[in-house]
Amino acid sequence: MVTETAALAEARRLAASVPDPELPMLTIADLGILRDVSVSGRRVVVSLTPTYSGCPALAEMRRDVAARLTAAGFADVEVRTVLSPPWSTDLISADGRRKLAEAGLAPPRSRGINPGGRPPGTPRTTTADPVPLTLFATGPPVACPRCGSADTLVTASFSGTACKDLRRCRACSEPFEHVKEV
Amino acid sequence: MGFDTAYEAMSEEADAGHRWAFGTGFTDPLAGVDTSLPAGIDGGDLAAYCLMLGDDALVFSHRLQQWLARAPELEEETALANIALDLLGQARLLLTRAGAADGSGRTEDDYAFCRAEREFRNVRLTEITDDDFAGLIARLFVLSTWRLALLARLRESADPVLAAVAAIGVRELAYHRDYAAQWVVRLGDGTDYSRARMAAGLETVAPLVAELFEPTAVERRLAAAGVGVDPAQLRPEFDAVLARVLAEATVDMPDVPALRGLPGGSSSQAGAVGQAGRDGVHTEAMGYLLAELQSVARALPGATW
Repeated sequence: MVTETAALAEARRLAASVPDPELPMLTIADLGILRDVSVSGRRVVVSLTPTYSGCPALAEMRRDVAARLTAAGFADVEVRTVLSPPWSTDLISADGRRKLAEAGLAPPRSRGINPGGRPPGTPRTTTADPVPLTLFATGPPVACPRCGSADTLVTASFSGTACKDLRRCRACSEPFEHVKEV
Repeated sequence: MGFDTAYEAMSEEADAGHRWAFGTGFTDPLAGVDTSLPAGIDGGDLAAYCLMLGDDALVFSHRLQQWLARAPELEEETALANIALDLLGQARLLLTRAGAADGSGRTEDDYAFCRAEREFRNVRLTEITDDDFAGLIARLFVLSTWRLALLARLRESADPVLAAVAAIGVRELAYHRDYAAQWVVRLGDGTDYSRARMAAGLETVAPLVAELFEPTAVERRLAAAGVGVDPAQLRPEFDAVLARVLAEATVDMPDVPALRGLPGGSSSQAGAVGQAGRDGVHTEAMGYLLAELQSVARALPGATW
């Protein structure tokens, strides 16, 4: 029989290849929202985690995952939502960050979040300010994805989607989008 | 699979069984999530609480959506649309959680489109109309500061679904609050005219602030059980954030009496406000809002096309 190991590898490959419709240069694996793939016989369960509560791309990605697996002959495909631990831009892979930069989008800065979530019993330290008010605190600079200059400024804190802001580089004068840290 | 056009994605073949009247391709936002009730949590109370927080998000999201094509600049329009979308997402998760928690199996659509005004549990500040952009900014600043403080604490809820929904929402609200705070400062510490508009916006908002911190009986019980948060506990953080930002904006929150609802009596709200949004007692604006929000679902129940 075709082993379950081979079927699992195939299911993983197919699920991981689904692009994000709003950031089409990234797959859901690059983005870090593909949490798990499991195979039992001809049944596949894929777990995805939402990025933002209202992100309309998630429904599209769920359908795309199901369609690709069904087309490849998996008879019974379930796509589950996993809410916890929440997704963070820290989960975007190194490859994903490179692809963002190549597409002219500044990748998110690291938030230093443990991708596995906080160890049990550890107190939270960020209750008051998950992202501080930028009026009073600014993070490290966001480098221009075109010329690399760190001399950039925010021109709009929400861009075409909630996950990006719009910036301008003062060195090369070009506008660019930046994936916001969450 | 990917679609060649938006129309193809909306077609019934591509999306059998979904009702476009309520949005295309919406699936249960908690699909595959374990929504069983943890031991010791009262399902009725949890559902009531999720409706309060879900209705806040749904109703304010609708008001924000009404700003589309009315915002002063394209950048503000996209910001308001994105904030509205975040809140709508939070509402969908919370309303779906409510239907699972009380065992009724009601869906997000049942709650959003098939309830009457008195059954909505949002605080009244979410439902009022805005006189101008500064008025909206005052409301967004107050509501996002309050909701961020609330959801930050809810991340420790004994209900794992509520805790997870809060953990996602907190990051969104941090950006909403930041956006609003920057505009409060820009308008308040701006020209004489923008400053006057910002002050007027705060004056409109101020009488509805006390209500945000008055706990209902449900909130008291759930706070004691480690499931919910007593909103009275949010006041110090709220006041501290407002003080920092308003000082920068060189404007003050007016000290005005709270807008009272109906007399307390048997109400769960025995404080200065009486029965208000959390009891289903709303302002005149709410009926108009629901008439629009529910118009398609009321005119064409279960419609598909």
